[in-house]
Amino acid sequence: MNSDSIILSGKGVTKVFGFGSRKTVAVDHVDFSFRQGEVISIVGESGSGKTTLAKLLLGLESLTEGTIYFEGQQRDIRSHRQKREYWKNIQAIFQDPFSAYNMFRRIDAVLLDCIQMRGGGRLPYEQKVAMMREACSFVNLKFDELTNKYPFELSGGQQQRLMIARVFLLKPKILLADEPTSMIDACSRATILDMLMALRAEIGMTPIFITHDIGLAYYVSDTVYIMEHGRFVESGSADEVILRPKEPYTRRLLNDVPKLHEEWDLSTV
Amino acid sequence: MAKTVLEVRELTTRYITRFRESIYAVDHVSLKVDEGRSLGIAGESGCGKSTLALSLMGYYFPPLYYTSGQIIVDERNITGMDPDDVRKTILGNEVSYIPQAAMNALNPTRRVINFIEDVIQAHRPETTKREIYDMARERFELLGLPPEVLEKFPVELSGGMKQRTVIATSVILSPKVLVADEPSSALDVTSQKMVIKMVMDLMEKGIIKALVFITHELPLLYNVTDDIMVMYAGQVVERGTAQETVFDPIHPYTRALMGSIIVPEAGLRGVKLAAIPGTPPNLKRPPSGCRFAERCKYAMPECRAASVDLHETKAGRAYRCIIPEEDLRRLYKNEQ
Repeated sequence: MNSDSIILSGKGVTKVFGFGSRKTVAVDHVDFSFRQGEVISIVGESGSGKTTLAKLLLGLESLTEGTIYFEGQQRDIRSHRQKREYWKNIQAIFQDPFSAYNMFRRIDAVLLDCIQMRGGGRLPYEQKVAMMREACSFVNLKFDELTNKYPFELSGGQQQRLMIARVFLLKPKILLADEPTSMIDACSRATILDMLMALRAEIGMTPIFITHDIGLAYYVSDTVYIMEHGRFVESGSADEVILRPKEPYTRRLLNDVPKLHEEWDLSTV
Repeated sequence: MAKTVLEVRELTTRYITRFRESIYAVDHVSLKVDEGRSLGIAGESGCGKSTLALSLMGYYFPPLYYTSGQIIVDERNITGMDPDDVRKTILGNEVSYIPQAAMNALNPTRRVINFIEDVIQAHRPETTKREIYDMARERFELLGLPPEVLEKFPVELSGGMKQRTVIATSVILSPKVLVADEPSSALDVTSQKMVIKMVMDLMEKGIIKALVFITHELPLLYNVTDDIMVMYAGQVVERGTAQETVFDPIHPYTRALMGSIIVPEAGLRGVKLAAIPGTPPNLKRPPSGCRFAERCKYAMPECRAASVDLHETKAGRAYRCIIPEEDLRRLYKNEQ
């Protein structure tokens, strides 16, 4: 594997909140390198620092220490213009779709923004509509029923699908999905995951899943990173980490998930 | 023959919207839970699971209205009672309910013990504070919660701890039936396990006599409950033991649901998840025939003609489909 295919990497990435005796090290000298096109999962419990790491990757939080490299270059997002450039390459889907939208903007405005951000602001209106229609049909939403609606009129699963339609229009190189399916039921979860995987094939992006659901991580990813107390305790291919875990922490996480073919041992809590 | 703790006969409840439309979210649902057993209810969002949970308590408040049917808790019919009586004598004493965000029930400005005092005094006004404290302490110790929690404020507790505190509080008067509606969905796997352990303990230690557990997480349901009932668009579509429903489903909907299970077990990677196409029907205008016909890959024109009854195959096992069981099994076999 040559170094060209590394899309995002980090060296000694650290985030500290507070100082003195109230100091919390949320992300503690983490090293990683994500290859282009592979599906990555970062698995950890609540409070393990996985969401903070997601924010660092997105550039929503500043690093306390360490460097992040994007496509081999040191990432520089000090100015707002640089941030906008960077966000064309990396987009995110969060856990709660209800709070992800501007509640005063209609759905077509949400999608038009995406076209504009990709530099399609001067395209003729018909072409914009065609693009929006294509994006909506990709996620099984009917564009004609949506145009005059506001995001709150959609169900959670529909909102999450609209999020994917946005990503479809934006065509980022990296998609960061922070617990994308934890608020929706198992059946829609299958739909969302299938769509994300189809989208990956369609636009060739690198998805990064941040999740506490080790089952989901096993199902979707090529490479799994297990995070505990702000550090990666174990990483490797999904089969290696999840079927043959080495660290006691990984084993505990696996043990805590209810399974179908193995006894769920409730005595170990 | 075990005693039946909770029996529901043909219960129908509806929501009335402000445009005077009726939404029958629970449509002729019957169920039976014997002493020492647990029943799981599975289904998609909006299939009426949570409405059923609310309806089971016999406590209706607008926009939810009781329409028909009976709820019998320990040989006592609780339908048709005055809502205020239900609240004082049934809730907490006979049937207790834990919603998904149970932890939000705690009052942030008061200590846990004060919260428990409120609960007990609402139902048994004559209890003294000393007695309440002893009751709470004893119950917390029995359930493995540190008694120091009683003196704390909710902000000092973690999410899982808050959830367990509320569960312990809701069963402090030893109700016969506990209805748990997604008690662990908002938690991560480790806290989830602690909450589940506690609910199982309640059954094992005889604090509650029967459990109704609602969740969309099928692997969890399979591990927690003895029986599983699958709901779709307000109706029961299949009923059986956990083993039968998960590994040997009869109804096409149940089978489709089983295709969406994700568990970290070998051989599941790269298996394409079988998402069910389409969306559930609008319950304001439910379709006349089988409600699943629109999304069912085995649907025939007859499916949409007349409503379908629940066929009982043996005691406790039933499914709602016009195709006979043997034919369905043959269809499934041909697919493999």
